[in-house]
Amino acid sequence: MNFRGPFRVRLDRDKPMPQIEHSGDAIVRVTRSCICGSDLHLYHGLVPDTRIGTTFGHEFIGVVEEIGDAVQNLKVGDNVIVPFNVACGKCVFCEQGLFGNCHESNPQATAVGGIFGYSHTAGGFDGGQAEYVRVPYADVGPTVIPADMDHDDAVLLTDVVPTGYQAAEMGGIKPGDTVVVFGAGPVGIMAAKSAWLFGAGRVIVIDHLEYRLEFVKNYAQCEAYNFRSLEDPVLFIKKTTDWMGADVCIDAVGCEAAGDALQTITGRKLLLQAGSATALHWAINSVKKGGIVSIVGVYGPTGNLIPIGNVVNKGITIRANQASVKRLLPRLIEHVQAGRLNPKGIITHRIPLEEVSDAYHIFSAKLDNCIKPVLIPPSARK
Amino acid sequence: MKKLASDFSHINGWGVDADPLDVPNYPMKHRTENDNKGMVWERPPQQPELVEILHSNERPSVSAVFGTPNPPSGLSGQLRRFAFKYSESEWTHWLSLLLADRINMIEGIRDDIKRGHFPDFFTELGGHSEWKYNKIGFAKKVLTGIAVTGLLVLLIKGRDDDDSENDSDD
Repeated sequence: MNFRGPFRVRLDRDKPMPQIEHSGDAIVRVTRSCICGSDLHLYHGLVPDTRIGTTFGHEFIGVVEEIGDAVQNLKVGDNVIVPFNVACGKCVFCEQGLFGNCHESNPQATAVGGIFGYSHTAGGFDGGQAEYVRVPYADVGPTVIPADMDHDDAVLLTDVVPTGYQAAEMGGIKPGDTVVVFGAGPVGIMAAKSAWLFGAGRVIVIDHLEYRLEFVKNYAQCEAYNFRSLEDPVLFIKKTTDWMGADVCIDAVGCEAAGDALQTITGRKLLLQAGSATALHWAINSVKKGGIVSIVGVYGPTGNLIPIGNVVNKGITIRANQASVKRLLPRLIEHVQAGRLNPKGIITHRIPLEEVSDAYHIFSAKLDNCIKPVLIPPSARK
Repeated sequence: MKKLASDFSHINGWGVDADPLDVPNYPMKHRTENDNKGMVWERPPQQPELVEILHSNERPSVSAVFGTPNPPSGLSGQLRRFAFKYSESEWTHWLSLLLADRINMIEGIRDDIKRGHFPDFFTELGGHSEWKYNKIGFAKKVLTGIAVTGLLVLLIKGRDDDDSENDSDD
């Protein structure tokens, strides 16, 4: 795929084959790639330094086709899960398990590690919504797919499952806690599902799309409410928690939240702030005093209008990060194999890579009850 | 620990990752011997810089690996070079990059046409799926487009007529 400007992407048959550019690289033939909710921020033109010609895609799996001289842990022919983070495994951050914060994978910004297909602000790498992709540090991130694992499950372990799981993990959930998840997109769905693994006593999901609320209610066995009918979701959460607030609130929406005209106009239309922070605003105001707000929704690099005074006055702990996929993969593979997590259950659309323009539009405009689209390249359909 | 409100046996795996004694829970900072020593780690081999790579002025040099597609070029490239004179903390950095992106979009259309390829906006914008799944919305957008274009044409035509009337007065 080839990005041509906000809301415009197209199939590009002339893109050159990626090459080994570093001794630790591998070239992977993509067999499945997803469109992530955060790809829509790129698609909508909200992420600075998204250059024309970029190939998006940070959720992909594939077959190793070629390896650099220094690669030892992979061999040609391996089927691999490729975490969305590009991580060196050597810097002080990777050493601490912060694979989403690698300092050796992104020259353009120090605030974020390298991410496949996520603009030059995240390292300028082409992504996996393609037939072939260059994968740096092939000895570090890529993990061989277990023989008994469905590849539809595997592709969701590259981002959406670890991000949802880490959202719950960062929430510091204790048995019996009430957890509120803002956003019923794929990450919110996984956060709600994961909250139970940490022993949540009650899981509530807030969104405004009825089909997604209906889905998450069944998939994650939780409560689900439409903020359009609640009028004031913060007040609703206070009332339903004996006027105390939730123990943990998770922002799984990020910078394109709906629900507040001021945030929408200043954040999404005029770009006066780094997107619309409505979900984060509600999360801060809905959590109880001393509670935890966990943020995995993606925001831009400038700044946002949020009630920081309430964070201080309520003694809230805020935890946030890009998911550390490499750290989480072993545990998540166990959960999938034990049947505790069923990632492929959220896939609603399987679309040929050649129809990438329509795939983006369907996902962006929430057409045909879309929750999670997967792109299948031609070579993987043979 | 709170008294649990109900039975969770219907949820496969409920509580398997709970650790009530682990307060305040992961991820806590995992200190290593390399903390507070700066960039002391054994750096991976450096990828050769065969194209222009801009780097944040908050770091001394480029990272060991980086993406090489779409190096800065043209007017948008000049603006990107300007942006990288400012730190990631400065609005000038980010707003210049956003402006460069918009200019780059126009450069992309120009380059397409130069190569003899006029962009298929309908397809690129996902028009086929809009027509397939949202016919009413599609029709509304088309009608709105026609109405706005018609209004603009009428306004311009009206202004032209006024101008020619004024000309004849002279």
